Amino acid sequence: MDILRISDLRIGFTVHGLARDVVKGVSLRVPAGKTVALVGESGSGKSVISQAIMGLLPRNGGVTGGEILFRDPQTPGQSIDIAGLKAEGKEIRALRGGRIGMIFQEPMSSLSPVHTIGNQIEEALQLHRPTGKAQARELIEAMLARVGFKDPRRAYGFYSFELSGGLRQRAMLAMALICQPALLIADEPTTALDVTIQAQVLDLMSDLQAEMGMAILLITHDLGVVANMADEVVVIYHGEIMESGPVEDIFRRPRHPYLKALLKASPHFDMAEGERLVALREARPREPVAPRPAPAADAAPLLSVRDLRKTYTTGSRSFFGKGTLSTVVAVDGVSFDIRRGECLGLVGESGCGKTTVSKIIMRAVKPDAGEIVFDDGAGPVDMLAMDAETLRRFRPRVQMIFQDPVSSLSPRMTVMNILREPLVIHERGEGDDKIARVRALMDDVGLDARFLNRYPHSFSGGQRQRIGIARALALDPDLIICDEPVSALDVSVQAQILNLLKDLQAERGLTFLFISHNLAVVNYMADRIAVMANGRIVEIAPRHALFSKPSHPYTRALLKSVPYADLDRKLDFKLVAPGGASDDSHWAPAFRRQPDGAALAHLPLGEGHFVLARPGADIKELA
Amino acid sequence: MLLQYIFKRILLMIPTLLVTSALIFTVINLPEGDYFETLSAEMAAQGEKADLSRIEFLKKEYGFDKPPVERYFWWVAGLLRGDMGYSFEYQLPVRDIVGDRLILTMVVAFCTIIFTWVVAFPIGIYSATHQYSWGDYGLTFLGLLGLAIPHFLLALVFLYFANVWFGTSIGGLVDPQYINQPMSWAKLKSILEHLWIPVIIIGAGGTAGMIRAVRANLLDELQKQYYVTARAKGLPPGKALRKYPFRMSLNFFISDIGDILPSIVSGAEIVAIVLSLQTTGPLLIRALQAQDMYLAGSFLMFLSFMTVIGVLISDIALAMLDPRIRLQGEATK
Repeated sequence: MDILRISDLRIGFTVHGLARDVVKGVSLRVPAGKTVALVGESGSGKSVISQAIMGLLPRNGGVTGGEILFRDPQTPGQSIDIAGLKAEGKEIRALRGGRIGMIFQEPMSSLSPVHTIGNQIEEALQLHRPTGKAQARELIEAMLARVGFKDPRRAYGFYSFELSGGLRQRAMLAMALICQPALLIADEPTTALDVTIQAQVLDLMSDLQAEMGMAILLITHDLGVVANMADEVVVIYHGEIMESGPVEDIFRRPRHPYLKALLKASPHFDMAEGERLVALREARPREPVAPRPAPAADAAPLLSVRDLRKTYTTGSRSFFGKGTLSTVVAVDGVSFDIRRGECLGLVGESGCGKTTVSKIIMRAVKPDAGEIVFDDGAGPVDMLAMDAETLRRFRPRVQMIFQDPVSSLSPRMTVMNILREPLVIHERGEGDDKIARVRALMDDVGLDARFLNRYPHSFSGGQRQRIGIARALALDPDLIICDEPVSALDVSVQAQILNLLKDLQAERGLTFLFISHNLAVVNYMADRIAVMANGRIVEIAPRHALFSKPSHPYTRALLKSVPYADLDRKLDFKLVAPGGASDDSHWAPAFRRQPDGAALAHLPLGEGHFVLARPGADIKELA
Repeated sequence: MLLQYIFKRILLMIPTLLVTSALIFTVINLPEGDYFETLSAEMAAQGEKADLSRIEFLKKEYGFDKPPVERYFWWVAGLLRGDMGYSFEYQLPVRDIVGDRLILTMVVAFCTIIFTWVVAFPIGIYSATHQYSWGDYGLTFLGLLGLAIPHFLLALVFLYFANVWFGTSIGGLVDPQYINQPMSWAKLKSILEHLWIPVIIIGAGGTAGMIRAVRANLLDELQKQYYVTARAKGLPPGKALRKYPFRMSLNFFISDIGDILPSIVSGAEIVAIVLSLQTTGPLLIRALQAQDMYLAGSFLMFLSFMTVIGVLISDIALAMLDPRIRLQGEATK
């Protein structure tokens, strides 16, 4: 039986008086107790469909045709056309939260910061199933325990900002499921979470589904998540269904070119050496050049980082009185070298200190200890010892590409001004030279020079990121720090940007420090990879060595949590440690900090592969 | 915890008030001369002979022959004892002059604030939830009108029509026959008859501003994901609005209490003069003109004290209302 059957659904939006169809005749079904994945890129209309099911379309949008039939297993033989219900009427409100639950991408902003978790869950319960106070409390605590809160009694009184991202999403699940709905709509439920946490939340969702028997409509752009969760898949592109069917058919025999392209555009771990991602649209038609030969290994590294250390004193200082000041070690004895022309990947989960490292190298944050030596062949320079003027003249050598292509470009400057600004600051060339250079930069990143007078808002996310890349290239840097450059982009655009970065690196002999939480992306880009946890580099190795012989338990946990877009390699959810992979109490004793205070050391495993462990540990055992 | 915090804040108020008092004293002493010189000049201009010996006596009595620094400490010491000094103009202790008017001022201001909130909140909420509707445009237009028209002009118009239509006497807060009469039902009725005019006039600008603020704040909050979550739970729109976005937008108004307290006391000076209200506003202006330094200085000190207290109250209220401030020590607004 189908819980939900959508047929020929059309949804239109009115923007500036112009009516535009966003969803154009979509039909899909969600069978009872099954998971249906709705897959598409941003702007494809997948979220709009979920809003229509909940009757939560924005005010300027509306259903213009078709029907959304909801058949509640509690009242068999009866079906409700949600599209025909009165907006904000009694019927739709009874369905929302009662029979259809929903969780969202951003668990932080989805919960009210001024009400306790328990209060918000209880509200949902009392709306649909009025229950006595004591009994309600019992139900809620049982639910909180079920979704993984260790101390549900205390959890009831927590505020959302006191919880980690994973726990917030668990609280959202508790709220959506407290009334035992027949259908759960999950709109990108794990996109904002780290891989290991994502694996836990997905695991929890499938467990709860097995227990409560609800159907799940999973909205996502991540084919890896789809392969691990879905029974059926619906692929949507520009408001139209491209392909739909059981997950087996979709992954083993994709028919539609869009789906095939999407599968080819996502980086994965079994790519051959030198294999290239197939972007849906390449950034520029230029032929990629062969990479320059790697410089001799004994040449001095371009950047040499030694024993960086940075502590923050955090404001857990209470508003009232002194509170407790606690010191957090963000970066703890980090050392690495980047050779000229190399791409060093820096991987780790949020809060591991990887962004702090990049900020220290950019001299935006002052480390407590350590040294950074930059050597472009003209002799070593100590970067941390530079005074303001030397630093200003040095700046062009190291540039940065940022994560968010929206907020990293000034909305009040044209592309011309954005790209010309570095040239003006560093007095490169005369007026016409500058403009010629800016045009050449646009060509390098595959953007039309006619767009120079436009403002950033008229570009798509991928195009904006290309502008950001052009800006980083403007001063001919030696080293570019890429801080999660593709994590805000869709899969198809991601491939385009990654290929562009690779090509530029080959053309110009650039050196990259590539920071990312996405192992597949780092695997595609990097020559060597450093894995960071709790402020320390726990393992550093050439790419193939890290993926074929991961030694550190943290690296292994990370690798095990990445969902593959492959039905034959589903995740084993249960392997993931409950406190997240960086919780070192689950690591083997050889990797843990010793109670006697003995320092851990980077033990060599050969071929430039090092792992952080107790000095006396048996290397063979580790490898 | 909370008590310790309040205690710390009160300690912090001491240096704040000391600096303010020094500033006030300096500014009041900046113009050439003092009250006595102004007085003798005025008398000379009117052809009268000033009683020089009396002026000399007063000057000595109030330490005007001493250096300003000494006079400042003398003044501050008096304030600490609750002695606000002596008004030369009225020849009365400052406390006696201000005291009477303070009650009237507070009544007017209090009614104004209530009026502002009662009108502004519903309209602001309506405007935000019906953005770009005719109702929103119309109410916004009315509000802007209220902001744009000068208060004194509005006051004159109101006085005229109140007199023509309702026979209310011109000016003041009470019919002339009740002035200096003890409080009675008839007097109270007369006060109420007069009160609505200043309340509406003084409130008009504030209401318009408040409507804009409520609307803007609420529109921000209505975009937030947690409001969608609340509706996805099946909450009726009105209830969802009150519990989530409205509650969040209140932060702004609570942090505003710090500004409201002093304005309760100072009142709207210009409107008070036009309506000849016996409030404190006109008193302050006259005192500043006449360089009646203790009256002006002590009164300004009283206002700063109210401001500091107001900020304290709003901080405590915010901490109680918003767990983020209470538990994290930082506000997001």
